Amino acid sequence: MAQWIAACAADDIDPEDVVPFDHGGRAYAIYRSPDDGYYATDGLCTHEQTLLCDGLVMDGVIECPKHNGRFDYTSGKALGAPVLVDLRTYPTKVADGTVYIDVD
Amino acid sequence: MSRQRLARYSLAGTENRAAVEAGLAGGDWFRSDVPRKRMKELMRRSDYPAIRDTAIWFGLILLFGGLGIALWGTWWAAGCFLAYGTLYGSTSDSRWHETGHGTAFKTRWLDEGLYQIASFMIMRDPTVWRWSHARHHTDTLILGRDPEIAAMRPARLARLLANFVGLVDVTTAFRMMFLHASGRLSADEADFVPEPERHKVYRTARIDLAIYAATIASAIAFRSWLPVLLIGGPRLYGAWLLNVYALTQHAGMGENVLDHRLNTRTVKMCAVNRFLYWNMNYHVEHHMFPLVPYYRLPELHQEIKHDCAAVYPSIWAAYKEIIPAILRQLGDTEYYVHRELPPGAAPFNVPKPANDGRGLPLTAVTAA
Repeated sequence: MAQWIAACAADDIDPEDVVPFDHGGRAYAIYRSPDDGYYATDGLCTHEQTLLCDGLVMDGVIECPKHNGRFDYTSGKALGAPVLVDLRTYPTKVADGTVYIDVD
Repeated sequence: MSRQRLARYSLAGTENRAAVEAGLAGGDWFRSDVPRKRMKELMRRSDYPAIRDTAIWFGLILLFGGLGIALWGTWWAAGCFLAYGTLYGSTSDSRWHETGHGTAFKTRWLDEGLYQIASFMIMRDPTVWRWSHARHHTDTLILGRDPEIAAMRPARLARLLANFVGLVDVTTAFRMMFLHASGRLSADEADFVPEPERHKVYRTARIDLAIYAATIASAIAFRSWLPVLLIGGPRLYGAWLLNVYALTQHAGMGENVLDHRLNTRTVKMCAVNRFLYWNMNYHVEHHMFPLVPYYRLPELHQEIKHDCAAVYPSIWAAYKEIIPAILRQLGDTEYYVHRELPPGAAPFNVPKPANDGRGLPLTAVTAA
């Protein structure tokens, strides 16, 4: 059962950037790609639980601000040391200028 | 004293557990407040600066190496090999470092390629040291956690001095290569290299040993020192500058302090040194924001300098503090360099118990 939660306004995120979103005691990261695709992942790096929202978004990749661990934010795939565990991703949709994520 | 000192700094000893229990491991480090928009500008990467600098660097290495070969048998060759060896055996460190972070180039394969080459030159296993350096960033100068503490308290002075001609690093590197080639890690390495990564370590060690064996074999076959002077040897006779730079980073400073402004130095250097060191003299800035590439660190320095202790105006100024501090710590292990933050800077985890520069009291465990 989908549980869509309003995360932020679509314009709150610059193209090729990330913003944090907290819900139910869990940290999420919401991304906007250069072609205005919206994506969501867990908000903490799987390596040492650093907030990804302070990281670098570039070419479909989020890079952790602490150890430069890299993930494909569209799939959550870990792209090599020091991150070995994939990020969990969440479905997103945009309606009336608001980004929703399915946290179920 | 020696065994006790090594036990305190071992990652396989009681200090590791103590640091975890005290909340120092993976602690919440101070970071200056830089607006996201500005930080995005500073983190942005370009291939151009690193391609330019790498082309110049390899060009100089080839030039001095070629001249050294051409002038072999004359005294001119000594000067050429001193330059070649220093570029190879010292400045490969900063190339290894920057590409290890993945920040030097925008194009990933360029970064990874230079990382593999520089790792070979500096004699560091690329996998072990990637994890080692990640731990160094997580737990900078945290006892029992940081595998890259160059100057212990008290310092192993003879080893520090011997390393100016690479004796400790090279001996350790070959000991580790043989260990890794046999399919094993040291106890410290096992603490931070995950199981799925270990096969790469064993494979690289076997390749590296084969290269060094071929180098020595060719030296014997040609009855010439040239192969050894060109490959591997620079890590000995050219290592001096690496140590001059590296000791400025943290030597003599407070341990177990979750604030890079208090345990790390930023040192002003001339343009030549900044080229050779790839701006790692901006070390507080690098530790606070490791995503910022080396060519943007001077700008980052301007953004956060109001929050940081005064920079050291020169390498000499840093050593005027480092040498007396290390010598004093030989007899007074509670001494460490105190850094004064400027008025208005946010204080964070200033050493409070201060019996030995620690952020939190670990006396009972240390005594054991």
